[in-house]
Amino acid sequence: MALTKLDQLYRAVILDHSQHPRRRGVLDKATTQIELKNPTCGDVIQVQLTVEEDKITDVRFDGSGCTISMASASMMTDAILNKSVDEALTLVNEFSEVVQGNKPEHEQELGDAMMLAGVSKFPARIKCATLSWKALEKALGSDGTGVDGQLTHD
Amino acid sequence: MTVPYEHLREDFKILQQHVNDEPLVYLDNAATTQKPEAVLKALETYYHTSNANVHRGVHTLAERATTQYEGAREKVRRFINAPSTAEVLFTRGTTTSLNWVARSLGDLIIEEGDEIVISFMEHHSNIIPWQQLAKRKGAKLKYIELTDDGKLDMDDAREKITEQTKIVSLVHVSNVLGVVNPIRELTDYVHDKGGVMVVDGAQAVPHMPVDVQALDADFYAFSGHKMMAPTGIGVLYGKRKWLEKMEPLEFGGEMIDFVELQDSTWKELPWKFEAGTPNIAGAIGLGAAIDYLENIGMREIMDHEQNLVAYLMPKLEEIEGLTLFGPKKASDRTGVIAFNIDGVHPHDVATAMDMEGVAVRAGHHCAQPLMNYLNQPATARASFYLYNTVADADKFVDALKATKEFFIHGLD
Ligand SMILES: Cc1ncc(COP(=O)(O)O)c(C=O)c1O
Repeated sequence: MALTKLDQLYRAVILDHSQHPRRRGVLDKATTQIELKNPTCGDVIQVQLTVEEDKITDVRFDGSGCTISMASASMMTDAILNKSVDEALTLVNEFSEVVQGNKPEHEQELGDAMMLAGVSKFPARIKCATLSWKALEKALGSDGTGVDGQLTHD
Repeated sequence: MTVPYEHLREDFKILQQHVNDEPLVYLDNAATTQKPEAVLKALETYYHTSNANVHRGVHTLAERATTQYEGAREKVRRFINAPSTAEVLFTRGTTTSLNWVARSLGDLIIEEGDEIVISFMEHHSNIIPWQQLAKRKGAKLKYIELTDDGKLDMDDAREKITEQTKIVSLVHVSNVLGVVNPIRELTDYVHDKGGVMVVDGAQAVPHMPVDVQALDADFYAFSGHKMMAPTGIGVLYGKRKWLEKMEPLEFGGEMIDFVELQDSTWKELPWKFEAGTPNIAGAIGLGAAIDYLENIGMREIMDHEQNLVAYLMPKLEEIEGLTLFGPKKASDRTGVIAFNIDGVHPHDVATAMDMEGVAVRAGHHCAQPLMNYLNQPATARASFYLYNTVADADKFVDALKATKEFFIHGLD
């Protein structure tokens, strides 16, 4: 049956993350937060961070979206917790390589997020996977709270 | 006439392929339709035998191209029963047609404080031009509510359309709900109040007989690509009494009579609106598509789609956790079926179904206000056309069930 091919995209780990997302919710004391929307599919994601002395000491995400975007957000929080801002930004770039079918340098650090490599075979879904990471990148690049924006079409 | 639907598919080479190792079941016809050989052949023949610019030359090819281009206009006129070809303007598509009306008619009749009325089931192309007009003129844009089963709320329509309402613009058939709106009844009401009635017919003209005189609409817009013609060609029908008063939106070649240094005069209708070299091949392709559709018969096509929907609905209603949008009765709707599977995002549904060879759309379908109204971030949508068969409907149901299984089991 052709749906078996779907396993490439929806590995058990991915389904598990989307059903039991890690760190979904809101932070009491976020130092940075952002909301990003993907207008083509209606996905919305909020990412909140506590950054202390250049280290991400806490992170939460919330929002609504497809399996891929929710799983990816959950995996993202796993990958970046307790990382420095620079390390996190590096992972953002590496993740975007992974979903385009390229091999990253820090496979280990990306953790479960590596499971999303299968997305590269589904070009229409790459944006779903990168939404939370783009939000993270924007949040880290801004200096305060209350930022919001839209996923651009690049 | 009974149509040999199995043979009809042979006219569409694109349908005879495998996608993801499965036979393609194309159910995204509300987005765009496939083109039969006859249409592709008409384009080829035109370029092989007649290509030239229209209305410009005395040579033989120019004459041929002009005759065929204007011949296509006559086919469109007959197809929608417009009184005259002067009232049939070629555009780029529905979006362009509606923008022309909002701009040109809007500038002519809308003043500060006037009302423009649309509904919650409109496509973005029948919302934003009116928003812009309202902003330009300081007019008020009002939305007609929907009933629970996805029809226009006629009581609310009667309330919203008042003596202050100058323009009402409504979709004939919704591209999400599939519902067919009672245009004639609404038009009479609008005219009673002294307003102008504009109709977005993008999802109607391809699927049912449309007679603009019977509807009495002042303007009627549709797209060629949704009715088997190429992209880039569409139609704006408008009553002569309005078109004559309206100013063209584009200026240049083809649309003028006399050009002096400081002023010029426009050609008569319909050419005063068609500046520049038009989409000649597109218009000829549209003419060929009309021939193809008429050969089968618009009533036959409508019946075929309604039969498919009547066949499908009970099967879909049996599927637990499936939400269907729009009216349940097949006779109230066309072959557009928007749905969601509980707990599964429509994008995941569309990807999974694509793996089964079934092409459906997922997203907001260019109708964000409707999505908000339905309280859905997005929906999946299957839309049928005359080349779809009962076998396609079965494949759709099977793929839907398999998709649901996949996600529910995976999520246990
Ligand atoms: C109801 C409706 N109106 C307008 C449009 C816009 O048509 P087009 O993109 O061909 O201009 C569409 C198609 O997308 C539609 O379904």
